[in-house]
Amino acid sequence: MTSAHRSTPESEAAIRVKALESLLTEKGLIDPKALDALVDTYEHKVGPRNGAKVVARAWADPAYKQRLLSDATAAIKELGFSGLQGEDMVVLENTPDVHNVVVCTLCSCYPWPTLGLPPVWYKSAPYRARVVSDPRGVLKEFGTELPDTVEVRTWDTTAELRYLVLPERPPGTEGLNEDQLAALVTRDSMIGVTRLPTP
Amino acid sequence: MNGIHDLGGMHGLGPVLREDNEPVFHADWERRAFGLFASTFVFAGYSVDEFRHAIEKIPPAHYLDSTYYEHWMFAFEETLIKRGFVTRDELDARMAQLRAGEH
Repeated sequence: MTSAHRSTPESEAAIRVKALESLLTEKGLIDPKALDALVDTYEHKVGPRNGAKVVARAWADPAYKQRLLSDATAAIKELGFSGLQGEDMVVLENTPDVHNVVVCTLCSCYPWPTLGLPPVWYKSAPYRARVVSDPRGVLKEFGTELPDTVEVRTWDTTAELRYLVLPERPPGTEGLNEDQLAALVTRDSMIGVTRLPTP
Repeated sequence: MNGIHDLGGMHGLGPVLREDNEPVFHADWERRAFGLFASTFVFAGYSVDEFRHAIEKIPPAHYLDSTYYEHWMFAFEETLIKRGFVTRDELDARMAQLRAGEH
């Protein structure tokens, strides 16, 4: 039950998709070219580099960080990122005392405009089950060992509300510009399963 | 709804398995299934909440034993049949044609 890849043979799944797509196309309800464009956007254009730019701006610009923490949806939109599955965003700030981690226990909700589509492990039964009951244990599997003095907060996403973790800015990065800072930010650090190492 | 999808806190599901350099999609049919999501929202006008509720109707054993985009396919069919955009018979007939290489 642990593998999110175990499934019916791919050909049967492919047939099921093709049946629905071809029927809807024949009925004039969908346009396969529009579908191609959607796939291309989320496969190649939207992804965690967007979120990394948001994080880098927050590190570099205290006024932006304030806006991001008080109205994340609007502040993220300032950088041009908005739309499907990011309509109502909340940014969670990691501090030396508090570490935030995000899950969707019921399914797979995830902030698409800033992180793209979720990895399989995020959607998998083991992560959804365990990160709420044993967050420190799950974080340890990701190589993240937090001292007992750090409070761990697990946030359960809903269909309407999506979270982005603002990781702590690593020490020794004072001289870096925004692009260089963004290059340090990983997807997993914005889900909250890892912390960023000192470069 | 307290169903199999409500996984928070459940024991015995094993470790979190990760894949290095994971691609966005693992097969071309996953691309098409993903594309159907926004495309069907446009004409059918359902919400994410309703879509997820349709996923929650997947029989429990199948829910755990099928992949993410297979969940989506179940939800598309469930929702679009309910709203009268396609019928089960049309889908079954088309799948039979495709299996026979007729389409």
